Amino acid sequence: MNIGIEHYLIVSSFLFVIGMYTVATRRHAVAILMGVELLLNSASINFVAFSHFVEGGISGYVFSLFIIVLAAAEAAVALAIVLSLFRNTNTVDVTESVTLQG
Amino acid sequence: MMDLISQITVSGLMFWFLAAVTIVGGLGVALSQNILYSGFCLMITLIGVAGLYLFLGADFVGAVQLIVYIGGILVVILFSVLLTKRIGVDKTTSSWMNRGVSVLGCLALLGMLLFSVTKATWRVTETVSTPTTARIGDGLLREYLFPFELISVVLLMSLVGAMVLARRAAKDNSGQQQDSIERLQ
Repeated sequence: MNIGIEHYLIVSSFLFVIGMYTVATRRHAVAILMGVELLLNSASINFVAFSHFVEGGISGYVFSLFIIVLAAAEAAVALAIVLSLFRNTNTVDVTESVTLQG
Repeated sequence: MMDLISQITVSGLMFWFLAAVTIVGGLGVALSQNILYSGFCLMITLIGVAGLYLFLGADFVGAVQLIVYIGGILVVILFSVLLTKRIGVDKTTSSWMNRGVSVLGCLALLGMLLFSVTKATWRVTETVSTPTTARIGDGLLREYLFPFELISVVLLMSLVGAMVLARRAAKDNSGQQQDSIERLQ
């Protein structure tokens, strides 16, 4: 059986949905961040797959590299915020952190 | 039956193995009650995704995925899990109604995605995998030079910002931090 582009797109669809479910149901801030990483990875699989199945061009590879860099930046800032939140409010439950709701 | 077996190729088996590793790891992240187990399942997923990249002939991106994601981001995530309270059990899971609505919404989205992916006709060209590292390096210094520099500045700013955020909190609440350390012990 030939592995075509649809197979990769289906795998990344499953990964995207799983990541969305993680973001929607988890209340631990770090777990939500893990869900975001799943979402970013599924998008990145799509970029690399399209880049592979279309002749020439490296745009998809470069975009997935940019996604990885942005994920690193996002993880650093988000985890700094989580640590700061934990030190100030002593919780990492996002439903308990309602100070900004006024 | 023989026909089916003769259709199975080594590369097909490898693809299905990598896809199964990726999706099972993702399910572990979503469903595990223990945050640490979620972190390790995330590692399995990231390794599977790196394998898929290599399978697609993207050698450089796969190596970067292994080094940056698993060596960097995942370690930082696991550290932050260990540095915060409630190590392990995520006691405060969402309500059943929240989860039911999420499952319905996610299944609807999955149906739409699968429908559009399988119905659409993709204009693909048969390609032979060639090493991509030299081409990526060339592209980063030519047509993608400005985005490359821009993203370097973004990464630098966010890392400095993260350091400032974490450090100031430690200085302002040194007493509180001492409390949490004592509570951990």
